[in-house]
Parts: sequence; structure tokens; C-alpha cells
Amino acid sequence: MLKTFSLGGIHPAENKLSASSAIQVLPIPETVSIPISQHIGAPATPVVKKNDEVKVGQLIAKSSGFVSANIHSSVSGTVFKVDDIMDASGFRRTSIIIKVDGDEWMETIDRSEDLVKEISAGKEEIIKKIAEAGIVGLGGATFPAHVKLSVPPGKTAEVLIINAVECEPYLTSDHRVMLEKGDEVLVGTQILMKALGVDRAIVGIENNKPDAIAHLTKLAGNYKGIEICPLKTQYPQGGEKQLISATIKREIPSGALPIEVGAVVQNVGTALAVYEAVQKNKPLFERVATITGKSLKNPSNWKFRIGTPVKDLIDAAGGLPEDTGKIVGGGPMMGKALTTVDVPLTKGSSGLLLLPREEAVRKESKPCIRCGKCVSVCPMGLEPFLLMVLADKKAYERLESDAVMDCIECGSCSFTCPANRPLLDYIRLGKGKVGQIMRSRK
Amino acid sequence: MSIIVITILALCAIGVTAAIILFFVAQKFKVYEDPRIDEVEEALPAANCGGCGYPGCRGFAEALVKADNIDNFLCPVGGAPVMSHVGAILGHEVKAAEPTVAVLRCNGTCENRPKTNQYDGAPSCTIAASLYSGETGCQFGCLGLGECVDACNFDAMYMDKETGLPVIIEDKCVSCGACVKACPNHIIELRKKGPKSRRVFVSCVNKDKGAIAKKACDVACIGCGKCVKECPFDAITLENNLAYIDYNKCKLCRKCVIVCPTNAIHELNFPPRKEKPTEKPTAASVKPVAAPKAEVKAEEAPKIEPTANDDTTENK
Repeated sequence: MLKTFSLGGIHPAENKLSASSAIQVLPIPETVSIPISQHIGAPATPVVKKNDEVKVGQLIAKSSGFVSANIHSSVSGTVFKVDDIMDASGFRRTSIIIKVDGDEWMETIDRSEDLVKEISAGKEEIIKKIAEAGIVGLGGATFPAHVKLSVPPGKTAEVLIINAVECEPYLTSDHRVMLEKGDEVLVGTQILMKALGVDRAIVGIENNKPDAIAHLTKLAGNYKGIEICPLKTQYPQGGEKQLISATIKREIPSGALPIEVGAVVQNVGTALAVYEAVQKNKPLFERVATITGKSLKNPSNWKFRIGTPVKDLIDAAGGLPEDTGKIVGGGPMMGKALTTVDVPLTKGSSGLLLLPREEAVRKESKPCIRCGKCVSVCPMGLEPFLLMVLADKKAYERLESDAVMDCIECGSCSFTCPANRPLLDYIRLGKGKVGQIMRSRK
Repeated sequence: MSIIVITILALCAIGVTAAIILFFVAQKFKVYEDPRIDEVEEALPAANCGGCGYPGCRGFAEALVKADNIDNFLCPVGGAPVMSHVGAILGHEVKAAEPTVAVLRCNGTCENRPKTNQYDGAPSCTIAASLYSGETGCQFGCLGLGECVDACNFDAMYMDKETGLPVIIEDKCVSCGACVKACPNHIIELRKKGPKSRRVFVSCVNKDKGAIAKKACDVACIGCGKCVKECPFDAITLENNLAYIDYNKCKLCRKCVIVCPTNAIHELNFPPRKEKPTEKPTAASVKPVAAPKAEVKAEEAPKIEPTANDDTTENK
């Protein structure tokens, strides 16, 4: 019996169409637009201005607080302007737009493909390097990585958990990274272990990726303290709390962080970025994303430079299929639909899903039939049907006491609802309002 | 037989004892409440809309009775007549407040502001606004899902299917402000009703630079500043590429309306421009559309007699 998390969960059709497609390198576009806010926390402050020459890997926006992240140029060329451009949600946000000229990297970056296993940097130095490289959680939440590694006083980390679950249907970028960059990921894991001062790391992989499990298990023998943990395929196992429950059977109290139970979770893509930052001095300016969809000509995985327009990725994968009804940034469960293909890909772009029209349209919402399915699938043990009504009625105190803030917005409730009720839409609204109220109380 | 007698007597005895106890307890724990609260509550319209900012008419009545000066209080439903009645009860002199009305500051109809995408999430403006910028290129304008209409307790709003925008029925609007609070994009504003319901306002809230705003919507304010230069009364301010007309300074001369290159400035309920205001040679409205009018209306209590509601509904 394979391990999985203790409560709720669903198993949507996996549709991992691009699993067998090796990572390709997306051509560098003519211009990139790099938003200054690609992470959770304060937006970075631009340190370049119009007409500045920049190189690949050069710092262009500086972290503006503890919870914030540096941003580096992904191309070499001239800064065209620093202006507000439309982001994925249609709002205008500040971005640095760079006209590309050649591909000249910073001299400090080691561009060789050789694997550097020896970790010479000390604990503080590793965290500093990770912060300087602007590494954020690449699973999609984009929480600055150095913040998670700075264990608050009074708490101790016991175990590092590497999130290689990739529980979102369709997405395969982490899968491909594990297969093609297995050694780098494991060295990255060891670096993270050193930064945290732990001697145990668990890599959680769902068993729908048997080749990745076999590959990493073989490699893990060469690395001390790393165990590979196959998990039963179950959404949302990639949620931090679910993964901790699945791998080490510990429950995080409501409102607390994983460090409360001695765990720190990092994504497998983050581990690779950490390897590159610490061993190769390479800041985070490129990552791997999946482009997929049932009618897409060529579902595939691509390494792209941050700031490349979404359009380029679609063109590279064979162009926009005619019957496209929705373009989703991210996976089908937690991703957000894009309003235009002119927006840039960012640090948090793990995939792009082109849904055909008949799958894209929401079905008509009908009254709740009190079947309780949403309650049984909720991985956080909440009552989504009730939270939805409370949010609609603006009963914020009750929402708070019913632990709406514990919702991880996985969308299992909306997915499973036989009446097609937009449960998560309302819960997210309530969460936002309750969060505001709680912050203003402080 | 005696059982019945005993029962009746016992019950009477219990009743009398309880009455005596209750009488003393009531004396002891008596709460004094100003009788005027009831009186004031009686005078209020009992709509319990919350438009005054207090929890229902009772709450408002309590606040009124407590206050030393009720000049800053206004029941938007009852308006000046109710407030003067309340003033009479409480013995305050009441200055009639200028009646206000909800005004929609967006003219992004389907024609003026073409859709760039389609929203199929939960039908709520607040949810749509929290997710993304809306179905058009304008991130500031009306989302068209009608949360303001749902919030209106007075049937004073409806969604126009053709334009996709809400319409405010001026005669029914009591200016309670429920729609203003409901709108996540803050498009609706309470503005002075104006003499004969005549109003001039910028029907746009787009803060983008001119080119972007214009691309998204044909009738967007592009922040060109022509109206600011034209206005003889300094009533127009330009901030974040958006003009705003201060209704306290505006003398309704309508010069800004003519110069606006995108027709973003609307004039309501004015007679057609050519044959100047000739129809009513009485006191009120001949030339005073211009300067002197405002000074007059400041002291003068009037406009209570519902400003000649001959005018049609507004906000096209």
C-alpha cells in the first residue's frame, strides 16, 4: 500500500501528454518583458533604466524586503523601457522590457555542463547565494526560497522534503527535470540539506512517474541521507501540508507553517535552481515549463528565458489550435486563464494548457443538493458548501471561525461538485476578505 | 370539588407573589430610554437601508438623539423633509442638505468598449475583480455583472442588456449609497442632483495613459487636460490621467462637454443646446445655469419640492 495524505483528495484524469517529450530549449525572443513582481511578497525595485546595457544574469531589480526576491536579466541587450504592461490577469504591472542583442552571459556564471558534486559553500553562504540568485518556489506559489530556509529561532528543521509530486494533471516539467537532471536535483537537495542543517531528505514522487522513481532511486544511492518515497497518485498531494502528511505522517496545526512539525518543503525545480545558483553561480532566469493540450500539435517541455511572451511558447509547440477555448497558465486545477497571449512567462510559469472549447466552458451552476461530496474530498477537512454560502452572505466572522484561511485553494470541491457550483470562487473571495480583516486587527 | 378550589387559590397566590416580585425587579432594573428615540424612529422611513451609515433606522434615531448637532446627519431616503421633521422633534434647526443621486461613471457599452475575452466564472463583480481585469481592455470600468443592481433596495437600478451597463432610475434613487459600496471598481458616485437634475460629470474612471485608455474604450477619458484648461471655475482636476469634476465648484456651464475629444464628459437633463434655455422664463432657470446659481442655492433651503421631475431617466 503506497503512502498518501490522510484526508480527502481526488484523482482527475492525468492527461500527462508531454511526459515522453525531452526538454527543448526555446529560442531567445527579440524582446523580453520581465515583471518586477514574480513572487509572493514585496515587488523588487528596478536598478536599471532606459538604454542601460545588460548581460544575461545581471541583476535588474533588487529585492525590497525580507520576503521579496531579486530579479535578473534573462537576456543580453538594452533596456528599452521600464513601464507598466499587462500581466496574466489583465492588470497593468511594472515590467522591465529589454531588447535582445546577442547572448552574452555574465562572466561569473559557469556555463559548463559538468556536474559539481563537492559543496564548498557553508550554511550562511548557501542561503545568501540563494537569496542573491532570486530563487523562488518553482512549484507555482513562488514563495522566496531563502525565507523558507531561514529557520526562525526556537524552531528546528528535522527533515527536508522535496516536492516532486507534480499532482496537477497535464504538467510534466518536473517529471522531465528529474529524468534529465537527476544528479543536479540531488546535489541541489544536498545543498538545501546543508543550508537547513538536516541529515535527512525525502523526495516524494507519485507513482504515475515510475521511470522517475526508478531513475532517482538508482542515483540516490550515491548521495547520503536522501530517500525516494513513491506516493499514491492523488490530487492535491503537491500541497505542502498534504505532502508532509503523506511522507512523514505529521499534521500541521491550523494556521501554522511546516517548520512547526520540523519539516521544510522545496520543489524539485527549486532544487535544480539551487544547484545552479550555488555550484554554477547562475541566477534564476530560466526554467522549464510544459505546453500541453489535447488538440495541440506537439505537447512538449521547454526551457525558456523569463520574460519570453506566451505566444512564442505556443508557436514553438505547433501554434494555437483552432478549437482553443481557454489558455490556462499553470495546470487545469489551480492555473489561471490568460486574457491575452502577449503576457510574459515568469518564474512561476510551470505550464501552459490549451483547453479545447468544449472542455473550457463551465457548466451551468445548479442549487446545492447537499450530497457532501465537497466535504469528503476537501484535503483540509473544511465544509466548502457552507463556506461558499457564508462568503456570499458576507458572514466573515463565521468564515474565520470555520477556518476558511486553512483552504489551500486546490479546487477539489469545485471539481467534484455534481451541481457545478463555483465553490472555490466564493471561498477565495471570503478568504481574501477575512485575510484583510485579520491583517487590520494586528 | 375542593381540589379545584385549592388549585385556583394556589395559582392566584403564586400569580400575586410573582407579580409583586416582578414589580420590584422591574423597578430595580429599570432602563431609562429617551422617549424621543421612539418618536424619531417613527418619523424615519423605516427602510432600514443603512444608507445613513447606522444599523437601521433605530440605530440612526439613537445617534440623532445623542448628537448635539444634527447638521451632518442625513437620511438619504427621506431627504430634507424627514430631516426637518426630525429636527422639529429634537428642537434643532436643520439646514436642508443638497439632494444627491447615484451616478454611473462608466460609459463602456458593448459598442464603445469591445470585449477582448469572455468571463465564465461565478456571476459576481467582486469575484471577477479579484480574479482579473474584466472582459475588456479597460481594467477600471464596469464589469457588468450587476452587483450594484442586487445591492439596490429601492428598485432604482437595472442592467441594460444592450449596453451591458447598469442604469440608475433617478426618480427612485434615494442615494443610500448601497451600490457605491457594492461596486468593487468604485464606478458609482453620489453626486449632487443639481438644479432640475442637471449634472455634468466625467463618465469614466480609467487611469491609464491616453493611448491605452482610448484603445480599450472609445469614450474613455484620455487625460488630455482640455477640460481643465477650459473650465472657468477651476472645478476640474486631472489626476492619474483622469479628469474629475468637483460638483461643489461646477457651475454647469458645459464648456468642458464641448471640448472633450472623446465625449467622456456627460451632461444630463439639459435642454437641447441650440435654442438656449427659453422654455421657462420664470425665476429659476433662465441664465442662472451659469454663475450666480450656485451662490443662491447655498443659503436658500429649497429644491425640496422634487425638482420638477419632468426630466427623463438618466445615465445613458
